[in-house]
Amino acid sequence: MHVDVAIIGGGPAGLAAAITLRKRGIKKVTILERECNAGGIPRHCGHPPFGMREFHRILRGPKYAARVVEQAKSAGAQILTRHSVTELLPGGELKVASPQGLLTISAKRVLIATGVRETPRAARFVTGGRPKGITTTGALQSMIYLKGLSPFKRPVIVGSELVSFSAILTAIKGGMDPVAMIEPGQRITARHPCELIAHFKGVPLLLNTELKEILGTSKVEGITVNDTKTGESRDIDCDGVIFTGKFIPEAALAKLSHLQLDAASGGLEIDQFGRCSDANYYATGNILRPVETAGWSYREGHVVGAMIADDLEGKLSDIKDASVLCRCEDPVKLVVPQRIIPGRTGGFKHLQLRVSRAVKGELIIADNLGREWKKKMSVLPERRILVALSELGILENTGTLRVYFKE
Amino acid sequence: MSAETGRFSRLEKHNIFDVAIVGGGVVGCAVARKFALEGAKVVLLEKGRDILNGASKANSAILHTGFDAPPGSLELHCVQQGYKEYLDIFKDFNLPILKTSAFVVAWNEEQIIRLDKIIKQAHQNNVSDVHGIDRDCLLASEPHLSTHALGGISVPGEYVIDPWSSPLAYITQAVLNGAEVRFGYEVCGGQFDGENWLLNSETNEDISARFVVNCAGLYGDYLDQFLLGKSEFSIKPRKGQFLVYDKAATALINSIILPVPDERTKGVVLTQTIFGNLLVGPTAEEQDERNIAGVTADGLENLKSQGEAIVPALREMPITATYAGIRPATESKDYRIFNYQDKNWITAGGIRSTGLTSSLGLASYIFKQYSETTEPLVPPTEIKTPKMPNLAEHEPRDWMKPDYGEIVCHCEMVTRREIENAMSSTIPARDLSALKRRTRATMGRCQSFYCTARLAELMGGDADE
Ligand SMILES: Cc1cc2nc3c(=O)[nH]c(=O)nc-3n(C[C@H](O)[C@H](O)[C@H](O)COP(=O)(O)OP(=O)(O)OC[C@H]3O[C@@H](n4cnc5c(N)ncnc54)[C@H](O)[C@@H]3O)c2cc1C
Ligand SMILES: Cc1cc2nc3c(=O)[nH]c(=O)nc-3n(C[C@H](O)[C@H](O)[C@H](O)COP(=O)(O)OP(=O)(O)OC[C@H]3O[C@@H](n4cnc5c(N)ncnc54)[C@H](O)[C@@H]3O)c2cc1C
Repeated sequence: MHVDVAIIGGGPAGLAAAITLRKRGIKKVTILERECNAGGIPRHCGHPPFGMREFHRILRGPKYAARVVEQAKSAGAQILTRHSVTELLPGGELKVASPQGLLTISAKRVLIATGVRETPRAARFVTGGRPKGITTTGALQSMIYLKGLSPFKRPVIVGSELVSFSAILTAIKGGMDPVAMIEPGQRITARHPCELIAHFKGVPLLLNTELKEILGTSKVEGITVNDTKTGESRDIDCDGVIFTGKFIPEAALAKLSHLQLDAASGGLEIDQFGRCSDANYYATGNILRPVETAGWSYREGHVVGAMIADDLEGKLSDIKDASVLCRCEDPVKLVVPQRIIPGRTGGFKHLQLRVSRAVKGELIIADNLGREWKKKMSVLPERRILVALSELGILENTGTLRVYFKE
Repeated sequence: MSAETGRFSRLEKHNIFDVAIVGGGVVGCAVARKFALEGAKVVLLEKGRDILNGASKANSAILHTGFDAPPGSLELHCVQQGYKEYLDIFKDFNLPILKTSAFVVAWNEEQIIRLDKIIKQAHQNNVSDVHGIDRDCLLASEPHLSTHALGGISVPGEYVIDPWSSPLAYITQAVLNGAEVRFGYEVCGGQFDGENWLLNSETNEDISARFVVNCAGLYGDYLDQFLLGKSEFSIKPRKGQFLVYDKAATALINSIILPVPDERTKGVVLTQTIFGNLLVGPTAEEQDERNIAGVTADGLENLKSQGEAIVPALREMPITATYAGIRPATESKDYRIFNYQDKNWITAGGIRSTGLTSSLGLASYIFKQYSETTEPLVPPTEIKTPKMPNLAEHEPRDWMKPDYGEIVCHCEMVTRREIENAMSSTIPARDLSALKRRTRATMGRCQSFYCTARLAELMGGDADE
């Protein structure tokens, strides 16, 4: 099978890219989605607010997902569900598993938009057995919103990212009575006024509280937590544990492929056009970094979709290989894009950064020529930091950009 | 007349089994198979909802050559018999094998000195292809190994197998050839009247059998105590924790990387799994509990740093899963096999850390002991052999064949067809743990982030482990 653009992943980012590509007149745009339905993560986020940016109204996730899928379909994109991409080959050839059999799809360009997932218990090294009642927000959402199942009654929510608060809402929707939300830091990771969700729903928010052990053999019977200030430990009675956030890009496919990954973000390495190390491949959406909203991913999908259209029209063909590499240093956790082609406009207008802990000081972006871009700021982890590429004045001979903080 | 005798009299002669096997670990499954193939009327009694409810649930899945087993030991005998028999039969069952070979790697001078003794012992154990390998050859074969390696030993015959499908194949063959299995049957008492055993459980009907084989693994000593009034050994549970790395990590090693063993354990091993992951473990931790195999943050951190010291590139690799298993160790290194001829009872106890390999050999050994005292049996005229669904990553998987319905577990590429088959096979999966062992569902990197809900639906509500 031959297509112009194959898009891996039918979430907001992949769908948005398909819409743009079709609007730009690209003929064969095919979305390969491994689930039985396209729509991505919002399909099982049965809560608002989605769609403010895209549709200027507040929707619940499933409704939002359905709308974006509808848009892509009416724009003329082909959506193949139950199609799992199993291998990425150089030049744009894909191995795909489908219930009809194995396929090889050759695409002029491939867009990877496989999203993020949460870090499960295993990779967090939490002491304890394997009792029933341990899950992630995503798994809980699909149980409650998609299947009407409710695995426990009194869960503890581990983490305080945005998604952690949606775990509270999901749990309540499922008829549960969350016992507490625990966060090892001294403030929540999500933005104010998220804590009000916990407050109004009557869920105690325990800061400076670290999970030490999960208790129970066949079912969760409680957890042991440590006070990070005093070192004292105590038990909390509960029958479920929801691990929330600590997102990681769903980059399994890419990891086993020829494409260059970015160790810092855990996703694919790209230039400002969204292009991967193999110029036939592009990436967009949350595969690029943990984690952005659906709205952001959708917009990013449009941007990269437009770049692919430019590329297919020959507008990117004159691009030189020489590129400037961005390297981040702790506490700067990641930079996207990692490669900048000097002297070009178009594509991503900003460097996206994240820090690993709360920092106050000066963000510095320094090049090999001794030039520095500086800005005073005070930032928290998991918050978006944007630096306009136009302000950096990147030149042909800029070399490497060091992105760091002076505290 | 006592209640017991009353119950005896109600039993028809044809309801008496030739042999009752207590415990559906890998040893019990292999013993059931052997006895069924020899023509015995077999019942296997397992207290769990599925086989592999104890030590056999979690191990390193290495098919051992016995190169480092104590010379002359029963363990060595059974490991080598089991190894040989597995190689004879695995193709018939469609079971997989990963012919990895192994290297014993020395990391300091003191270990280098011990290598010679290990080679000598291997040759004494008739594993004659074991040979020394210098540092350069070692690093050429294992380019990702830390350059701190000083040299080692090559053990070409050590392989990796499927720790779950093999015992399932054994018990399935037993059932196809006439054996019966009772799950949820915990033997908690019994009487021997000089001819037959009457086994009791609290929740099920009594079972009558001429002969009993105790394959109760981690509870083997208890069973002997309860039913024979004494046990010649006591189980000293020894936990082993493991780290499972993402599929991308398997490319970092070609062979199993073994340490130079010490007195207590085989030490921390790096091995590929049959499912295409890289495993680091196990730890060796004494504990009192026999049924609690929890992981600990310290234990896992420790394994992580040990793994990274051996293969530094593991630092970049994501961790997919963690788990722990418990070895039925005893006060002795060797197996604790006791034949109580006057009681029609054989105990296969303390099958500590090589039972996956030795089970087929043990089964033959036990059957031989049994047949010495009983009348000859008539084997079935035609022996049925099940073809097991393949779970090995290096062999064709189900998703590669059309009409699978849908992929339910994306990380491990498990199809709805595989799940449905597992739930309706000869020994059907009745809960998520059983389903996981038969299909790999939820074992992957997302640890059920994507598939829990759909699995729950397919299983009628119970998808939480
Ligand atoms: C549990 C959870 C809750 C969240 N809640 C919110 C929220 O409330 N609000 C918000 O704005 N954002 C939320 N997010 C962030 C979310 O990532 C974004 O909303 C958005 O879904 C990102 O879009 P995407 O297209 O990049 O990825 P996704 O929406 O994740 O879509 C990726 C798609 O790729 C498919 N796919 C992956 N691999 C393959 C393959 N090999 N072959 C074929 N298809 C493949 C997947 O099935 C999926 O449909 C949440 C994320 C998670 C994980
Ligand atoms: C960490 C670790 C790593 C290992 N690595 C390897 C390896 O690489 N290669 C290898 O060959 N071996 C390995 N082993 C060893 C192997 O796993 C064991 O030797 C083997 O599992 C022992 O099996 P078993 O059948 O004797 O015991 P078990 O698996 O414990 O089986 C006993 C069964 O009996 C049941 N039971 C108990 N009491 C009763 C009762 N009263 N009534 C009914 N049922 C009862 C239990 O539920 C259980 O299912 C390893 C073991 C561990 C723990």
